[in-house]
Amino acid sequence: MERIEEVVIVKNIHGLHARPASVFVQLANKFDSWVLLEKDGERVDGKSIIAILSLGVHPGANVKLVIEGPDALEAFNELKNFLESGND
Amino acid sequence: MIKLKGIAASGGISIGKVVCWGQEEFVIPHRKISHEDISREIYRLEEALIETRKEISALQKKIGHELGFDHAKIFEAHLLVLEDRVLIEDIIQQIKDKKFNVENAFSQSIKKYVAALLNLNDDYLRERVLDIEDVSRRVLRKLLQKEEMKVENIGEKVVIVAHDLPPSQTINLPKENILGFVTDVGGRTSHTAIIARSLGIPAVVGIEIATKNIKYGDTVIVDGSLGEVIVNPTEKVIKEYKEKVTRYVKDAKLAAPAKPLKAATKDGHEVIISANVELPEELPLVIQAGAEGVGLYRTEYMFMARRELPGEEEQYKAYANVAKKVKPHSVIIRTIDIGGDKFLSRPEVPLEMSPFLGWRAIRFCLAKPELFKTQLRAILRASAEKNVKIMFPMISGVEELRQAKVLLEECKKELKKEGKDFDENISIGTMIEVPSAALTADILAQECDFFSIGTNDLIQYSVAVDRANEKVAYLYEPGHPAVLRLIKSVIEMAHINKIWVGMCGEMAGEPLFALLLLGLGLDEFSMPPPYVPKVKELIRSVSYEEAKILAKKAVSLTTAKEVERFLFEEARKVLGADFERIVMM
Repeated sequence: MERIEEVVIVKNIHGLHARPASVFVQLANKFDSWVLLEKDGERVDGKSIIAILSLGVHPGANVKLVIEGPDALEAFNELKNFLESGND
Repeated sequence: MIKLKGIAASGGISIGKVVCWGQEEFVIPHRKISHEDISREIYRLEEALIETRKEISALQKKIGHELGFDHAKIFEAHLLVLEDRVLIEDIIQQIKDKKFNVENAFSQSIKKYVAALLNLNDDYLRERVLDIEDVSRRVLRKLLQKEEMKVENIGEKVVIVAHDLPPSQTINLPKENILGFVTDVGGRTSHTAIIARSLGIPAVVGIEIATKNIKYGDTVIVDGSLGEVIVNPTEKVIKEYKEKVTRYVKDAKLAAPAKPLKAATKDGHEVIISANVELPEELPLVIQAGAEGVGLYRTEYMFMARRELPGEEEQYKAYANVAKKVKPHSVIIRTIDIGGDKFLSRPEVPLEMSPFLGWRAIRFCLAKPELFKTQLRAILRASAEKNVKIMFPMISGVEELRQAKVLLEECKKELKKEGKDFDENISIGTMIEVPSAALTADILAQECDFFSIGTNDLIQYSVAVDRANEKVAYLYEPGHPAVLRLIKSVIEMAHINKIWVGMCGEMAGEPLFALLLLGLGLDEFSMPPPYVPKVKELIRSVSYEEAKILAKKAVSLTTAKEVERFLFEEARKVLGADFERIVMM
């Protein structure tokens, strides 16, 4: 079991709106690990579209990715990459 | 048989079956369930979610097939809502702990998340609420075993009856299947009325009790010229109206010969009669009506009823397409006029106390330069066709015009650098629809190439009346001496400064007022396509000299009623036998 916690700056031009949020959730759901997303002290389930949307993640926001589970490293790399990719 | 009286919003008569339109309100049953029922309720939830999933996947496939994969992508978010662990856990918990029946638990959970999303400061994100509500209606329909309503399923042409039809709903209606519109709310210049007129579909709005008195499947006669709706008419009445329809069609044909001719008065004064357009699909109507180009292309419809803003490429294609199709005439593209009643269904701006006095049109665009420049670049690129003009809505003073022009110049420089084609000398117009702009027309005229008077707003701002409010709508009078004085002075200021002036408000399409405007020296009249033939015939039936004399007298009168009565009498004298057909029908 691995646990990774790291702050990531969201470069995706739309933040986590609509489509980017859907893609994030789809990516997160590929992994067995727990995926949590934290912003301004609020922590939500990264596999839930509603939870992510209600976090209101703008472009340029600092979010913390908290991932724990058997494939944590792989999940972390992919999700971090997506958040920092700057396109949607 | 009952007769309902409303506002005549779009002329013509149609007879047909009714479809009651709108987002159905579900009655959610509230039951306390017993412990033994828990697993059954959870099972019903799972079934409904699976069924809804199938339905959305099918819809996604269909839309992807018809409109392209990109459009189908929005359903991804819908599907994710269905699978959402947080949401489903929450529903199940309410079933288990609170012993709510599944419908109640589901709608409570949805309500909770919708409220949370609406509470966020991010307004664009509030749009997601639409996705969630859409999905939730689908699930509730499954739980309550209700069929989805679709016009295309009916297989015949129908009359749409609704409480209100916001733009985001009308845009998705299959227009070729619609015989008429009937609504509870709205006035002559509400969105439904404008859409109906531009499509040439009869409409009666502002009936107040329409949805209470008309049921799905009723037969109705919609008389959009008189503002009447007859519900379940007798055979005899239907026959009478059918005869009326035949007469109407015959008269429309009589007006037809004016189409290919120039809009010139008997003494050779030429004006331009062009058309207002909201959707590219209306272009055949424009050409058929004999309009000389498009005097107002409302671009905001492209921004409505969709999940994401259209990009530069998509906008460019749409604008260039319109430009190509109206040749040899030109098209005046109005930049985004979002705000007031023409809003996105979930506004990207916070709720305002007085939206018509608020953050809209050019104010909104100047505050969102990135969004605005995307449109400006698209319009500029379309101007490579050499028949594109641009105009800015809701200018209240010359500073706004200057700021908009600075952004336009920036876009030109960028495009030049990128080696993209555009018209270096694109004509720039200012819309005159705010009294402060009308009163400073002499200043504005020095910094733009033309004016377009937007009378709908100009009247509403001058007389301080909300035209959608039925209680005060009677005060909305195009013939008000204040309005006429403003129009007269705007035309004079424009001509002194050697620029031309058009009008794209309702007023230009009303024959009696068109006569007055002709006499005031208006150069261009832009109106919904169905009005073009009549106004053109009117212009061809009078002399400029007599129109000028008539206009001079009209602006000296003291009330709107006097003005209208005067115009009516004068038009009858001038037009003689043609009066009935041109003015009354």
